[in-house]
Amino acid sequence: MSETPEQKPQRQDNSRVITRLLGSVIIMFAFGFALVPLYEKFCEITGFNGRTSNTAATANYGMEVDQTRVVTVEFHTRVSRGIPWEFQPEVRSIRVHPGEVKVVNFYVENRTGKDVVAQALPSVSPGEASLYLNKTECFCFEQQPLAAGERAVMPMQFYLDPDLPAHIHRFTLSYMMYDLTDQVRVTTTASRSE
Amino acid sequence: MSTIVTDTHSAHDAHDHHDHHPKGIKRWLFTTNHKDIGTMYLWFSLIMFFVGGSMALMIRAELFQPGMQIVDPHFFNQMTTMHGVIMVFGAVMPAFVGLANWMIPMMIGAPDMALPRMNNWSFWILPFAFLIMLSSFFMPGGAPAFGWTFYAPLSTTYSTDSTALFVFSMHIMGMSSIMGAINVIVTIMNMRAPGMSYMKMPLFVWTWFITAFLLIAVMPVLAGVVTMVLTDKYFGTAFFDAAGGGDPVLFQHLFWFFGHPEVYIMILPSFGIVSAIIPAFARKPLFGYASMVYATAAIAGLSFLVWAHHMFTTGMPTFASLFFMYMTMLIAVPTGVKVFNWVSTMWRGAMTFETPMLFSLAFVVLFTIGGFSGIMLAITPVDYQYHDTYFVVAHFHYVLVSGAVFSIMAAAYYWLPKWSGVMYDTFLSKLHFWCSLISVNILFFPMHFVGLAGMPRRIPDYALQFADINAIVSVGGFLFGFSQLIFLAVCIKCALKKGEPAPAKPWEGAEGLEWTVPSPAPYHTFDVPPVIK
Repeated sequence: MSETPEQKPQRQDNSRVITRLLGSVIIMFAFGFALVPLYEKFCEITGFNGRTSNTAATANYGMEVDQTRVVTVEFHTRVSRGIPWEFQPEVRSIRVHPGEVKVVNFYVENRTGKDVVAQALPSVSPGEASLYLNKTECFCFEQQPLAAGERAVMPMQFYLDPDLPAHIHRFTLSYMMYDLTDQVRVTTTASRSE
Repeated sequence: MSTIVTDTHSAHDAHDHHDHHPKGIKRWLFTTNHKDIGTMYLWFSLIMFFVGGSMALMIRAELFQPGMQIVDPHFFNQMTTMHGVIMVFGAVMPAFVGLANWMIPMMIGAPDMALPRMNNWSFWILPFAFLIMLSSFFMPGGAPAFGWTFYAPLSTTYSTDSTALFVFSMHIMGMSSIMGAINVIVTIMNMRAPGMSYMKMPLFVWTWFITAFLLIAVMPVLAGVVTMVLTDKYFGTAFFDAAGGGDPVLFQHLFWFFGHPEVYIMILPSFGIVSAIIPAFARKPLFGYASMVYATAAIAGLSFLVWAHHMFTTGMPTFASLFFMYMTMLIAVPTGVKVFNWVSTMWRGAMTFETPMLFSLAFVVLFTIGGFSGIMLAITPVDYQYHDTYFVVAHFHYVLVSGAVFSIMAAAYYWLPKWSGVMYDTFLSKLHFWCSLISVNILFFPMHFVGLAGMPRRIPDYALQFADINAIVSVGGFLFGFSQLIFLAVCIKCALKKGEPAPAKPWEGAEGLEWTVPSPAPYHTFDVPPVIK
């Protein structure tokens, strides 16, 4: 290509555009990763993905119980694929007044022949309700070591914030039990406690 | 677009003198010529079109009858996965890049692409990407089988080691696309001929310009997502693993943040092609040039705000569902502007129906059908019924096959005389068009009905009541597949220069700088920039 005087400034121009475009590529690559914590924060604020807090809520001393409202809380339990455990709530659903403290027991039985460490992860649907579910005590805050064949009763104590939006009459609290035996060997804090 | 008056006498004189280039394989390996690279892109995409197409035929053969006949379910899943990946990243995208390489410099009066060496590299890494991808068929457990959308945990917890090859080849394809996009942007910004202002650029250049920005914005996000899948699977991270504190739904958000702009990457250049062809054969300037540019930009902008319409059934809050539903429906407005403009261009035009025009007309009608089913899918409450059914398959094949692929065919017929110097075989091209038009509708239209009736996608077997329609669809599939061999024959004939010599401007009503150079286009064009008045 013959180089005419007009093309010289264009060369420099090219490198400026290229630098900017490569910069955008790097920024967008970083943005993809930045979305991970952003999404987590967003979910924490909005309850978008139905996760509940991993830490115990303070007890509701002196909180007024709203006797005029009754909310049905349904419980749902699952065990991650391929793990022959029994994991059940004592009741499928309870009716509760906002502000009232309730305890629900969950039963777990390790039917495998080996010791395991498990952890249940909660999820609330619709996610909006997760912001108003306060657990003062929950087995899901900790990992559960279970010896082969061992049974355990795991309590969960909670109350609903009376600010629970009026359109929520019923929601589901689901627990998925994961086998963390392998991960525990690697790290002691596999939960996302912050 | 304003009429382009060109001063090309000096350009013509310069052509014949330096047509020398290395011969044989070296020409193709080391070429930095935009026409050579464009040609390689186009042949590569045609080969990939047949590779991906034969996988589709395998799918249709299995689905011809209910029950399991030909392949086992795991192999069926590999077929649906690889068909999608190859058609998206191997056939449609490289075809558009090939067209961009060939046509953008010629349309804006530039001697070549701005970054010719990078251009060579961005093509030549592509065959290796697909070699890596396709070699996974020979691994234990076979090729990836988690769908082209590689949702976690299918691609992390439940996938075989072919995932690693999938991820690396995706990285290479992404690099290739990003380099191609950088090249297009730099070329368009810096190498336009004197007087070629932005608002005088042909629409194909405009749509590619916007597409390139979309590629720059979303391909790095795809690279990030596949990297996260890789580290989740092999390095113990938990981006998408709920047990480790991640969220599988996050995968879908990230993927579709890339994925929805990606589907516009595959259709915006089509809009440019059709906007070049319809005025040529309606013998009228394009109606609403400026509105076409703005509509394209609007579609590109909106594409970043609609990703979650792929995820209505993940249980989003009502507000989010409504937001994404309305945003999605809003896209129908700029798209409607485009369809309106094409129809208005034809209105009272002196129309003739050469093959490129036939494909463009089919594009307008069939793409619009795909657009309508898209609006249906955008409606959150009914999406719960359509989600993951053959209705979705029908929708995206209408916009991608009778949309994007038809526009690529139209472009090929429109510019083949310019590329090869000979007129394509008119009879074969018409035969190709009519076979394709009829079979594509036999293939995809009935899918709407089985989809509405509840037949799920990506399943190798189905309930008996879907048998008749599936048999029809499979027949259409094989007809469409074999019709494309006619296109291959046309292309080979042109490549072998068998046909009538084509004049510099074979289409009476065609506009644009590419028609001011002889056919076939000389190896070097516009060494002296044309002046656009």
